[in-house]
Amino acid sequence: MALLQITEPGQSIDPHQRKIAAGIDLGTTNSLIAIVRGGVPETLPMHQGTHLLPSVVQYKEELTLVGQSALDSAEEDPLNTVLSVKRMMGRGIGDIARMGKSLPYDFVGNESGMVKINTVAGDKSPIEISSEILKELVERANQSLPGGLDGVVITVPAYFDDSQRQATRDAARVAGLNVLRLLNEPTAAAVAYGLDSGYEGLVAVYDLGGGTFDISVLRLTRGVFEVVATGGDSALGGDDFDKCIAEWIITQAGYGQELTPRHLRGVMLQARSLKELLSTSDIADVDFTIDGLSFKGQLTREKMDELVAKLVIESINACRRVLRDVGECKIGNVVLVGGSTRMHAVRQAVTDFFGVEPLVDIDPDRVIAVGAAVQADILIGNKPKDEMLLLDVLPLSLGLETMGGLTEKIIHRNTAIPASKSQEYTTHKNGQTAMLVHVVQGERELVADCRSLASFELRGIPAMVAGAARIEVNFQVDADGLLSVSAREITTGVNAKVLVKPSYGLSEEEISNMLRASFQFAEDDVKIRSLAEARVEAMRLIDALEGALAQDADRLLQSDEAALLTDGIVSLRKVSKTRNVNLINAEVKKLMEASEVFAALRMDSAVRTAFSGLHIDQLKEGS
Amino acid sequence: MDFNQNHFEIFQLAISFDLDLEDLSKRYRKIQAGVHPDKFVNATDYERRLSLQWATQVNAAYQILSSDLARAIYILEISGVPLQENPQLPSDFLIEQIERREVLDEISKISRSPEALATYREELEKCIKDYFKEFSESYLTNLSLAEMIIYKLQFFTKLRFQVNKIEEQILGY
Repeated sequence: MALLQITEPGQSIDPHQRKIAAGIDLGTTNSLIAIVRGGVPETLPMHQGTHLLPSVVQYKEELTLVGQSALDSAEEDPLNTVLSVKRMMGRGIGDIARMGKSLPYDFVGNESGMVKINTVAGDKSPIEISSEILKELVERANQSLPGGLDGVVITVPAYFDDSQRQATRDAARVAGLNVLRLLNEPTAAAVAYGLDSGYEGLVAVYDLGGGTFDISVLRLTRGVFEVVATGGDSALGGDDFDKCIAEWIITQAGYGQELTPRHLRGVMLQARSLKELLSTSDIADVDFTIDGLSFKGQLTREKMDELVAKLVIESINACRRVLRDVGECKIGNVVLVGGSTRMHAVRQAVTDFFGVEPLVDIDPDRVIAVGAAVQADILIGNKPKDEMLLLDVLPLSLGLETMGGLTEKIIHRNTAIPASKSQEYTTHKNGQTAMLVHVVQGERELVADCRSLASFELRGIPAMVAGAARIEVNFQVDADGLLSVSAREITTGVNAKVLVKPSYGLSEEEISNMLRASFQFAEDDVKIRSLAEARVEAMRLIDALEGALAQDADRLLQSDEAALLTDGIVSLRKVSKTRNVNLINAEVKKLMEASEVFAALRMDSAVRTAFSGLHIDQLKEGS
Repeated sequence: MDFNQNHFEIFQLAISFDLDLEDLSKRYRKIQAGVHPDKFVNATDYERRLSLQWATQVNAAYQILSSDLARAIYILEISGVPLQENPQLPSDFLIEQIERREVLDEISKISRSPEALATYREELEKCIKDYFKEFSESYLTNLSLAEMIIYKLQFFTKLRFQVNKIEEQILGY
C-alpha cells in the first residue's frame, strides 16, 4: 500500500526541511491533536478556540458535521449523530447488543462482521466515522501549519485488541494519513511526564478513560520506557461513574417508566457536570428541567464517593493484579489520565494504594496527546540523537482454537513486542491441501469466551499422505501490536497461501472503496493518483537512503559501492520527474535491491555500537 | 547478521546460569535502542524488515534469559538435554508435593487466612530459591541432576500459580 502524504501531489518536498508529525488522541468522548513546536509539545486549538474536539459525527444528506456543532444537534437528530464511536471500533453486532446500553442507532450487521450504522448518508462503519474525526483534526492542524503533516502517531487504549487496533489504523488510512505508530495511551502519558523529570524507576499509569480503564506499569531508565505489565478492564470507564450518579438522581426524583431517551441523556449530562463540580467543591446543587420533568436537590462529595466506591474498588483490584504480575511493588510515581481521575474518591484510593501522591501537573485531558506528539516528533526524525525508546508489550494473549473449542495460547500477554512464534501443524487426511486456523485473543480457556480475531485459510499445501506434511505457521506481532501470519510446508519448502478473514475487520477491497470515495477521484484522477503514489514512494526511498548514506557511507562502504547507490539515487530522481509510473516503480525496486547489503551492514553496525558502549561501562564498573 | 546465534551470543554473553540481571537488562535496552522498528520509521522497507526481525529475536532471547526457569531450561536444551514430557520423579518428592497441595487446599477451602497463605508463599519461595542454587552448582558438572532439579522446579512453579489464584479468591480481587 502506498501512503498518501497530506501535501499536494507534485509539490516538491525539500528533503532537508524539518518534518512535522502530530500526536492524535482519538478519544471516546473528545479528541485532540498536538505537535512539537520549538521543542515544546502543544495541543492545537479547534476553530472555536477550544482544544478538545468532541468525538461526535453528524451525517446529513449533503454534508457531514464533526465536533461541537454535531454534538449540539445530537438531541434533535439522534439517529444520524454518532457519539462514542470508539466503543464500536472493531466490534460486531453481537458485541453492540451485549453492551446493553440503549444506543439510539439503526445498526446494520455486515457479512465481514463489523457493525455499521444506517444514516441518511448511507451505511457508515465505525472506521469511516472515526476517519471523519481524524480528518477534522488534521484539517485544523493544517490551518496552523504551513507545510502540512508528514505523519501522525495515534493513541489507543492499552487494552485494545487486534481488531480494534486494526480498525484504528484503517480509519487513518481512509483519512489519508501516514501512521508512524499506534501508541498505547498510558505509555503516551508516561512519555509526557517522563522526559523532563529525569526520574528512574517504576511508574504506574492509572488511565480512566470514558469507556475503558487501563493500568500500566513502566520502567524508566535513561530515556527508555519499558512497559513491564499492563492490565485493566475494557468495560469500566468514566461513563460508568456518570451512570452511578445518574441512577442516584433517578431514584431521588422517583422517575420510572416515563423516562424517554432524551430524559436519560439529559440526566447523564447532569451527572457528568455534578461529577466535575464535586471535584473542586464539597457540595453541589442539582436543579434541572427536561421535557416537563424537573428535579431539585443536593449532592455532597461524600455521598458521591459512596455511590462510585464499588467502581473505584474494581479499578484498584485491577491495579493489584498488575502489580503482582510485575513482581516488585515499589512504584515511585503514579500518573493520572482521563477527566474522571479528577474525582476525589479516585485520587484518594490511588494515593492510598500506591503510597505516593499522583502526578497531576499536566492536564489529564491533554496528557495523552502531548506524549503522542513527543513520540511523533522523534519518530519522524527530528531528534536523531535522542535516546528515547519505547518498549511495549502485547496487552492480551494470542491463541489458537484447538479440539473441543479450547484455546491454546501462542503468545502470552505482557510479552514484549515485536514478537513472533512458530507453530507446527500436520494434515489429517491423505492429499489434504488446505487447512483452517482460527486465531483468538484473550485470557480465557474457551474459544467462546475469547475474541475471535480472524480465520486463516492455508491453501496450496502439497498433497501428501496424512500426517506427512509439516506446516509451520508463523505469527508475527509488530511494534503496533498488530498480527500477521505466514505459513510454509517444511519438507518441501512450499509457501502456503494465507487468506485472512478478519472477524470484525473490513476487507482490503472495502478499504480501497472507502479511500476512493473519500478522495472522490474521477476516472482520470486514478492515473494522477498512481503517479503521485509512485513519486511519494520514490521520494521516501531517496530520503531514507540519503539519510543512511550521509550517516554511514564513510564508515561502512567502499567508495565504488557508495557511488553505485548515489548514482541510483540520481537516476531515480530523474525518472520520478517523468510521468511513467511503471518506470518509476521499476527504478524504485532496482535501487531498493541495490541497497540491501548496505542495510544489512548498517543493522550489524547498530548492534555492534550498542555493545561497544557497554564494554566501556563494564570497565568503569570493574566487572 | 546471524540469526543462528544462541540467546547468550545475542547479548555477547558467555553461556551461564548465573547472570547479572541488571547487566542483562542494560544490554537488552542498548541493543533495542539500535535495532527497534521505531528507529527505522523513515528507513527503506528492507531495513524496516530487518529491524522487525532483529527486535523480535532480541525480545525472545531476553524473555528467556531474564527468567530463571526459562534460562535454566534453555541451558539444558543447548547442552543437548531437552526436557521430557512425562519425567519419572522420585516417590518421596511426589509425596512431599501431595502434602504441600493438601496444606494449600486447607488454606483455600477452610481457613482462608491471608496470613497463612503469606507464610505458605514464603516457604514456597525459599524452596524455589534453594533449588535454583542447587541447579547453579550442578549444571556444569552433572547434567542429569540439573535436569531432575528442573522437573522439581516445574512442580513448584505450578504451585506458585495456584497460590496466586487462591490469593485472588481470598482477597477478592
